[in-house]
Amino acid sequence: MILLFLIASLSISAYDTPNDAGSSITLKFSSSLPFISGEVMRKNSDGEFERMASICSSDSSWMDNFTVDGVEYFYKIVLTTEEGIITSETVSAVSSPQWFHKGRTIMLVMVILVCGFILFFIREARGGKELYVRPIAGIEALDEAVGRATELGRPIMFITGIMDMDDLQTIAGITILRRVAKKAAEYEAQILVPTSRSLVMTAAQETVKEAYYDAGRPDIFNPDNIFYLTDDQFGFAAGCDGIMVREKPGAIFFMGSFYAESLILAETGHSTGAIQIAGTAMPSQLPFFVTACDYTLIGEEFFAASAYLSRDPLQLGSLKGQDWGKLIFFALIVVGTVLMTFGITVIRNILMVR
Amino acid sequence: MKRQIPLLITFIVGIVMVVQYFIPRQPFAGLFDTFNQWFLIIAVFALILGLMNLVRLHVQKLRRMKGGWGYSIVLLCGLVGTIFTGALWGIGTGSPFNYIFVNIQQPMGATMFALLAFFIASASFRAFRARNLDATLLLVAAVLVMIGRVTIGALIWNKLPHIAEWIMLYPNLAGQRAIMIGIALGTVSYSLRVILGIERTYLGGE
Repeated sequence: MILLFLIASLSISAYDTPNDAGSSITLKFSSSLPFISGEVMRKNSDGEFERMASICSSDSSWMDNFTVDGVEYFYKIVLTTEEGIITSETVSAVSSPQWFHKGRTIMLVMVILVCGFILFFIREARGGKELYVRPIAGIEALDEAVGRATELGRPIMFITGIMDMDDLQTIAGITILRRVAKKAAEYEAQILVPTSRSLVMTAAQETVKEAYYDAGRPDIFNPDNIFYLTDDQFGFAAGCDGIMVREKPGAIFFMGSFYAESLILAETGHSTGAIQIAGTAMPSQLPFFVTACDYTLIGEEFFAASAYLSRDPLQLGSLKGQDWGKLIFFALIVVGTVLMTFGITVIRNILMVR
Repeated sequence: MKRQIPLLITFIVGIVMVVQYFIPRQPFAGLFDTFNQWFLIIAVFALILGLMNLVRLHVQKLRRMKGGWGYSIVLLCGLVGTIFTGALWGIGTGSPFNYIFVNIQQPMGATMFALLAFFIASASFRAFRARNLDATLLLVAAVLVMIGRVTIGALIWNKLPHIAEWIMLYPNLAGQRAIMIGIALGTVSYSLRVILGIERTYLGGE
């Protein structure tokens, strides 16, 4: 009778680990009795039980990551308590890989929705519909900054951040570089592009070269002005600061991914009297740039810059779609906040990514 | 062809990377890491290009005796010296390479980082000047947060730490989250433009 009670107080279940690439079974267990030590035992259909792992009283689950998909495994738990040794019932499960990560369903829905809006407005723009995009002061000041540097007879400095070409912000920075370089070529101004990654250097060299060709001034393109400094974060900051102090650029652009070096760069640039325009999607660095720069492209404005500058209807269409996505998020936030205030968690539960 | 092939590669890789996020099974599982490893291999080879560029520019500077050529000597000696010590005696603890890293590279990096304290002070001084209503609000919020987060704040008024916490948790966090949502949507929109080949400036085209 006591033994039956002990078995009943130890429950165990086994199931295929969800949303994985297979080869994994999860065991859930709970014991109402305190135990000194515990062991997870496993066997397949024609073998003997083997010890797989030790468990302690704070554990409630264990994952077996060494299973063969399609093979049935049997599990039991053996606990050593002060009353003696108790064994759970035997449970079985078969592991298999999944075709879809169910925990990310809401994310897929959101991606489809936002992409749907973007594609719809791209189609609208292709059809010739006029799309209004609000003026962004920082982007409109790009030409003004190049012009001012030219008037002062000083070079322009363009920094694409400290990350490599696998960072979307670096790519966005490179697209803005093209526009700035083209303007610089038209005004016959010198543009300096120090980089902290070799791949960024080669991409920037190609971009600036193309910009000079586009402006009809390949003769004044100097590849030595786009150069590699160092991969080291503060070494790069020191190098850029040195260039700012020595060359005294008339305009400095910070467009890309920045970390702790952002204020070191922006404050040094400010001390040289240069007009400074920054653009980044790093929320923690935005306050520094807002403080030290004349204009700052905040997050989405930075990604919108190339579309805004190109005035290409297809690109502007994507911005319009993005705005509609924002409207959906805004509506969800308002509705979700009101519902949560009344203790209704349905929106929160739906939006939760597991 | 020079433009079409990179655009096609971008399209295929972009779509595959989106799909792999939602499909946990093979061959999609682990694709993200595999692509990252490929990128690292390319980046390591590209480092040679960067080094060559660096050496060429500084040798040119030396030849032409441009202003600050002395620094180029320091750079080239440092570069060659570090490479040789690493190649000859390894990079383990106690090696000359490790000595250079711990006693020269790290202190210099820390020195640059330490400058941040002074730059924050000078930037704050400018930002907190009460020129208009916005700047005044910024000043008031900053003073409350700064005083509320040090011990003396609670001694002045025991509610100051709570006010500082409230500013950080509600107005500040709400603003940060709004920016984050904008960034996420901007990222989706920009990625889609790159994947679909609408944005191709990074390839050297309009």
